[in-house]
Amino acid sequence: MSKNMAFEEPVIKLREKIDELKDIATKADVDMSGEIETLETRLKQLEVKIYANMEPWDRVQVARHPERPTTLDYIKEIFTDFIEFHGDRYYGDDEAIIGGIASFEDEPITIIGHQRGKTTKENIRRNFGMPHPEGYRKALRLMKQAEKFGRPILCFIDTKGAYPGKAAEERGQSEAIAKNLFEMAGLKVPVISIVIGEGGSGGALALGVANRIFMLENSTYSVISPEGAASILWKDAALAKQAAEAMKITAQDLKSMGIIEGIIPEISGGAHRNVTAQALAIKECILEELNQLRLLSPEELIEDRYNKFRVIGEFIEM
Amino acid sequence: MAIRNLISLNRKKSKGGVVIERNKEKEFPADLMTKCPECKKIYLTKELENNLKVCPNCDHHYKLTAWERVDYFLDEGTFESIDDHLKTSNPLNFPSYVEKVEMDVKKTSLNEAVLTGVGTLKGEQVVVAIMDSHFRMGSMGSVVGEKITRAIEKAIELKTPFIIFTASGGARMQEGVISLMQMAKTSVALKRHSDHGLLFISIMTHPTTGGVSASFASLGDINLAEPKALIGFAGRRVIEQTVREKLPDDFQTAEFLLAHGQLDAIFHRKEIKEKVATIVKLHRKGGRSNV
Repeated sequence: MSKNMAFEEPVIKLREKIDELKDIATKADVDMSGEIETLETRLKQLEVKIYANMEPWDRVQVARHPERPTTLDYIKEIFTDFIEFHGDRYYGDDEAIIGGIASFEDEPITIIGHQRGKTTKENIRRNFGMPHPEGYRKALRLMKQAEKFGRPILCFIDTKGAYPGKAAEERGQSEAIAKNLFEMAGLKVPVISIVIGEGGSGGALALGVANRIFMLENSTYSVISPEGAASILWKDAALAKQAAEAMKITAQDLKSMGIIEGIIPEISGGAHRNVTAQALAIKECILEELNQLRLLSPEELIEDRYNKFRVIGEFIEM
Repeated sequence: MAIRNLISLNRKKSKGGVVIERNKEKEFPADLMTKCPECKKIYLTKELENNLKVCPNCDHHYKLTAWERVDYFLDEGTFESIDDHLKTSNPLNFPSYVEKVEMDVKKTSLNEAVLTGVGTLKGEQVVVAIMDSHFRMGSMGSVVGEKITRAIEKAIELKTPFIIFTASGGARMQEGVISLMQMAKTSVALKRHSDHGLLFISIMTHPTTGGVSASFASLGDINLAEPKALIGFAGRRVIEQTVREKLPDDFQTAEFLLAHGQLDAIFHRKEIKEKVATIVKLHRKGGRSNV
């Protein structure tokens, strides 16, 4: 995928033009500051217009951007003392999900998240962030460990979904996902999940039975990818753009359906434009939510999580 | 023999001036005769029904409707359904979604793809949820998730085992992420049921796939299946495209799962009632004196 997204093409072009002008001005030693200023004002207006009116499909492009910050990027920015722990103790270590412990504002915390790669080589190692059963089982092991030592749990969700492979079925990926949903329901410590990129289906939900769910402004959360939905519903994967709208997968959609607690605003143009600033916004959200959840007893936390999911669903009671 | 008689009957009919059809099956009254989709043997539908809808020749387990399952599984006349008043809405405003659901309501006489209620199994009170793949492929949307959750809560209230027969293609596409969240909703309810020390038995029937497989279907204290049932998370075609290799014929069958340690047992439909009743009996509270 190209690093520039189709919908932001006018912004990119204008920015290039400004750079060009600046270059000429310096080289030829002529004063073009008036023209440059006019164009920069226009650029700002254009950015506001384009980035404030993003379509669902545009957001899908941002969520999938190759330079979009990953779990490890945010861990580096938000936490100190991070130590990664590996393995599910049954079969192996799935690098599509990472986890470990760290300090957050001088308090211990367990962090777990899907991990995409940024290069082809890393993506192969991490299976493009699509977990196998051992990934979910490692996540659950680290959650139970957090529970034992009374640490809150933070999950970063960022996956296209569970890996549709032979080995994953042989090793029971249905059971592994189901077990996480079941066991997360009973965790006696606060759990916060934040969707930072794509929240794809069961593979995402396996880190998603939390007291609070937040989504970055340009992230998505869905039962199936837009391409998958298009090919099932209309037998044509090329209709993914329409499916992205019809399936209601944006943070704004999930907020209006009452499934998530809130949206973390993104840097204009996408989180990849300024990881540090984006991390700060995430950090503030975690801090505020943890302060509230820490007031709840273990029983209240379990009750709170039960009630959160119990009410999801739309139907008519005759 | 009965079949032969019928064939001759049909022949006689054909002799009355009409050209004899090459495809003889077409002449069988559809409701009188059935051809097994597996072994292609043709027999009287009545014979099939008397055999719990299992092919007398090759043991192929036909799909059951939820009400047939009630008849085969629970003590006669004990079942009382609950939550038949819930009705599917159209949260994402999908074109013609409600119409499609309404068609299946008419077809199956169910309000959605699962039938829930209370009954007795060899005298033991149980709460059951029975999915019906004739209703939108048994897919799970809000009503299916809500009915199953309410059934689990009923089992907690009555302090009884919860037994589910799954048959589902997975999450209901037309309800989007709300369908996905039904996996979480049913699972948190099962956790609560489990924390009360109550028994949950999951019996997977053909087919049990996708989000249903990756939630309540796999969460039984005891996970059972009918022979040859298709059980798995990802679709076979998707996997074949991903791994670019041919998958074994028995891939994602109940037998495949058993071999890979994912099931407690596979029971023939004829023995399910007996076996499950025994499991329930062995989990009765209060120890020996109550058995």
